[in-house]
Order: sequence, then structure tokens, then C-alpha cells
Amino acid sequence: MSSVATPAPIPPRGRRTKLQRRQTRLGWLLLLPALAVVAFVAIYPLGKTVYQSFTNQEFLAGLTPTKWVGLHNYHALFHDTIFRDAIVLTLKFTAITVGFEFVLGLIIALVVNSSFKGRGLMRAVMLVPWAIPTVVAAKMWQWMLDDTYGVVNDLGTRIHFTLFGWHFHLLSHSHAWIADPSTQLASVSAVDIWKTTPFVALLLLAGLQVIPNDLYEAASVDGASKLQQFWRITLPLLRPAILVTLIFRTLDALRVFDVFSVFFGNRLGAQSMAVYDQGAIVQDGHVGYGAAVSVAIFLIISLFVVMYVTFVRVSEQ
Amino acid sequence: MSTAAQTTAAAVRPISRSVRLRRSPLGRVLTKVPFWLLILVIAVYALFPFYWALRSAITPDSQLFNTPVQYFPSHPTWAHFHDALSSSLFRRALLNSTIVAGSVTLLSLAIGSLSAYALGRFRFRGKSFVLYLMLSMTIFPQIAILGALYTMFSGFHIVGPIDFPKLYDTPWALVFSYMIFTLPFTIWVLTSFMRALPGDLEEAAYVDGATPLQVFWKVLLPLIAPGLVTTGLLAFISAWNEYLYAVSFLQSPSHYTVPVAIVSFTGSSGNAFQFPWGTVMAATIVVTLPLIVATLVLQRRILAGLTAGAVKG
Repeated sequence: MSSVATPAPIPPRGRRTKLQRRQTRLGWLLLLPALAVVAFVAIYPLGKTVYQSFTNQEFLAGLTPTKWVGLHNYHALFHDTIFRDAIVLTLKFTAITVGFEFVLGLIIALVVNSSFKGRGLMRAVMLVPWAIPTVVAAKMWQWMLDDTYGVVNDLGTRIHFTLFGWHFHLLSHSHAWIADPSTQLASVSAVDIWKTTPFVALLLLAGLQVIPNDLYEAASVDGASKLQQFWRITLPLLRPAILVTLIFRTLDALRVFDVFSVFFGNRLGAQSMAVYDQGAIVQDGHVGYGAAVSVAIFLIISLFVVMYVTFVRVSEQ
Repeated sequence: MSTAAQTTAAAVRPISRSVRLRRSPLGRVLTKVPFWLLILVIAVYALFPFYWALRSAITPDSQLFNTPVQYFPSHPTWAHFHDALSSSLFRRALLNSTIVAGSVTLLSLAIGSLSAYALGRFRFRGKSFVLYLMLSMTIFPQIAILGALYTMFSGFHIVGPIDFPKLYDTPWALVFSYMIFTLPFTIWVLTSFMRALPGDLEEAAYVDGATPLQVFWKVLLPLIAPGLVTTGLLAFISAWNEYLYAVSFLQSPSHYTVPVAIVSFTGSSGNAFQFPWGTVMAATIVVTLPLIVATLVLQRRILAGLTAGAVKG
């Protein structure tokens, strides 16, 4: 009504703005439930976390009244060697798993991309580890890695070969993979790699399938070898799929909780960032300090997002 | 007679063997051996842990906790399955997980499809902001708000007579908090489905005097049914599998969801000295079987949804 005051130069345009106004109102109305949920489930709690990180709040309030402590939590966090160990362990875990998953996933994607009978079945088989709960996968592997009755130790000590007169066993004796700190990282990584590699392969496979076939035909007519075709055609054209996969996998690995929690509980020196934080908040009830840890984790993950985004921006120019 | 024929054949064979090998069906198969070997290795790698869980579930305890390890149980038994399914903790957990994951899925689809309608079919200011907000939510680390949700769920005062209900140790705490990872993803994928629809049908309905909500309900929603199935399944799987919030917000064993129950499982036959691995493996088989069937049946749709979510994301 009031918009009549502004002169409408061309009638159709005036009609469009009226339609647009109606669309805007209905659009926001339709978005209202979703925005309310996001506000209540994500934005408000995030603000609350930041606020809590400046307090000494305990879950069992009443023992100590909650009060503002300024940067005290962050100061303590800076000198917290357990959290520092958790950061280092999580970064190592991220590097190992994302690296293995990418390389193995790419190999699998290339193999499955060639047409053969049973390809559909193969893709279905690859989805299966991804679909099951991580906790279930961890339990399966925990049993497979059992120090006495585990199949990994059994296969390892059974498989042997002779080379130049020397007798080799894959494993000389049974090993406590999960309990031994020197193999703890390898054992959690094995679970994550097993569960996620097929999924990475499927994402890369989706990228491979949009590369037009005539490119390869033209290249082989020009005498390019298979290896040259891989470096010059496949990899460059797969780049977007690779980047997206790497970003999502890195962010997932940085917030790892389930496998570490099932394998080690809250064992010192075997905590991921999320396990340490969950322990501080839920087990110990230090909500204020845990909030500071949460903010730190949030910042670390955001740092990776920023790094990836700048990398993509810079390399695209 | 026959010996003469054999000697001539033997004399001829060395010359033509290699050529014949390459041309014969057998030869063509043989050159493919390394390829199929690789396929086999991948399949075994992906499936062996499932085989191992299954074999441990049907191996009686006397063989299970014995060395050397037996790869094929000689006396298979259903005892562990019976043990797992007769555990009231596990049965309750299956029910709880179904309620939680089902409610989360239905809520996400209902709220998400409304939003996707607005984001996919309307033009208005602020639309791209909302899209980016939802996109950034999909990479939101859940651990970052664990403490805040934890304290929120113990109930607090909002304004006037309105209090936030005490959700701690109820399934609703999970339904509420799981929306943080199911809803943004649902909106994002459903929006791409909505966008892909042609405008003609919608316009025809408007010409016939339909309201926008009728268009949504009667025209668009049936058209994006495949998208609803895909995103619904993905939301269900991620809610079914979630562990961090479930282990933090639930306290009484009768409220446990499946992942929490499996971790805290001791089984009825378990004794103080031996963890009941057979029963736990039976439980893992029971839990994964429906997921495996669903993925095998709907694999094409799942893949389409995942790549839509990941590539466009």
C-alpha cells in the first residue's frame, strides 16, 4: 500500500515487486521453523558456550556458586599439558587417517570405475562399512584386535615365510594392540580407515564418472601412456571432488570421539580432543572449563576451514 | 592310434600355445586375473570384519575363548543371539533408538521440506544468507556445544511463566540435539531437489487457483519423494549411529540407545572374568543387519544424496 507512493515506472515491474513481497513474506514464514530450530539448537548453545567459558560453572551447581572468572579458564587451558597431548594425538590421527583414506580410496575408485560385471554389487558392498554405527565398528575391531583370542594376532603369528634361509613370521608373538601406547594410534586409525575408505572411494568415484571418456580416447590417440593420462587428465579434473572429500574428512577426523572413547575410555595419553572435552564436562562436571576447551576445539577446526578455503581460493587464481 | 595323436598334438602345441592362450576365452580370463584379484582384496577387506562378527556370534563360548582361533565354527549355535535378544537392556535400546531416530527423521523432513520449498522455488532477499547459514551448520562440530546443551537440558527459565523443560536423561534431549546435524543437511539436499524441478507444473497449478501451500503439498512434495526417501534414510542412519550426545545426555540404562547399550553391554551369561564377546557380536549383527539391507536396497539413492550433499556442498 505504501509502495504506491514510490512511482512505478513500468506496470509489469510494479506487479513483480508485489509478487516479490508476497514471496518474501511466505518464504520467511516457511523458513521460520527451521530458523527457530537452528537458533535454539546451535546458535544459542554456541553463545552460551562462549559465555560459560568465562565462568567457573560446575554441573552440580550449589557446591560452588557460578561466577565470572574472566580469562582464567583460557589461562589454565594454555598450560594444560593433557589437552596439549590430546591436540597432538588428534592431529596425528587426522593426518594418518585422511592420508591413508585418500590414497587407498583413490586406488579403489580407479579400480571400480572400470566397467566390469558386478560393479553395482561392488559399490553396494563398499557402502556397508559406512552405514554401520562407528561404535559397532569399533567393537568389532576391538574383538579382532584382542590380545589373546583376536584374529589379527592369530593371522599375524600364523602367516610366515622363508626368505634366503631366514624364517619370518608376520608377528613374532601376540601383541596387545589397544593397551600398548606404541600401537594405540595405529589401532584406532585402522578402524577409521576401514570404516571410511570405501566412502571416500565412492565420493571420488562420483567425481571420476563425470570425466568425459573422449578425453582419454583423444589422449591415447595422441600416444599418451596410461600414467600420463592419470596425471594430466584424471587428477586435474578430479580436483574439485578431491578437495571436497579432503575437507569433509579432515573436519570429521578432527572431532573424532566414538572410536577413541570405545577403545581407550578416558585413558591418559590416549584422548582425542573431543574425548578430553566430554570427560571434563560430563564425567568431571567442569562445565566452565569444558566450555573453554570447546571454544578451543571450535577455533582449531575453524582454522582448518579457513586454511582450506584460502588454499582453494589461491590455487584457483 | 591314440598315442600317435597325442604325440602330434604335443609337437604342435609349443608353437601355438601363446597365441591360443591370448585368444582363447581362458586366456582372456587369465589376463584379467590381477584385476579380479584386486577386486577380491577390496571386497574381503570391506567384508571380513562382518564375517568375523558373524562367526564369533555363532561360535560357542568354549571354542570362542580358546586358542588356536577357529575360522569356521564346528558347532554353530544361536545361543549368543538368544542371549542378546533376551536382554531387556538391548531390546529397550532397539526401541529407544527407533523412537529417537524415527522422530528426528520425521521432524527434519517436515521442517526441512518447508524450508527447501522456500529456498528452492521462491526468490527473496536473504535467501542466500540462509543457504550459507545451513551450509556452515553442516560442518558444525557437535562437541563445541556439548556443555551448553548439557546445562540447558537440566531445565532453565526462559521468560515469564515459560520454562525450558528438563530434557536430561530423556529421549527428547536426543531428538532435540540431533536436529543440529540432520536438519541443515536435509534442507541443503532437498533444496537441490526442489530447484531441479521444472516450473510448468507449479504454474499450471497456480493458474488453476491453487494456493502456494496446496502447490507444495499436492504438486511439489510428490515430485521430490525420491529425495525425501534419500535424505530421510541418511538422517535416520546418522541419528541411529550417534554416540557422543547419547552417552552424555542419558543416564538410566532403560533410556540407552543402541550404541550406548552395545558399549555398556555385559550380557546375562557374562561372568566377571570374561567379557561376553559372543553376545556383543550377536548384538552388533542384529543392529547392522537392517542398515545393511537398507543400504543394499537403496544404494543408488543414497549415493545420489551423498554426492549431492558433498559435491554441491
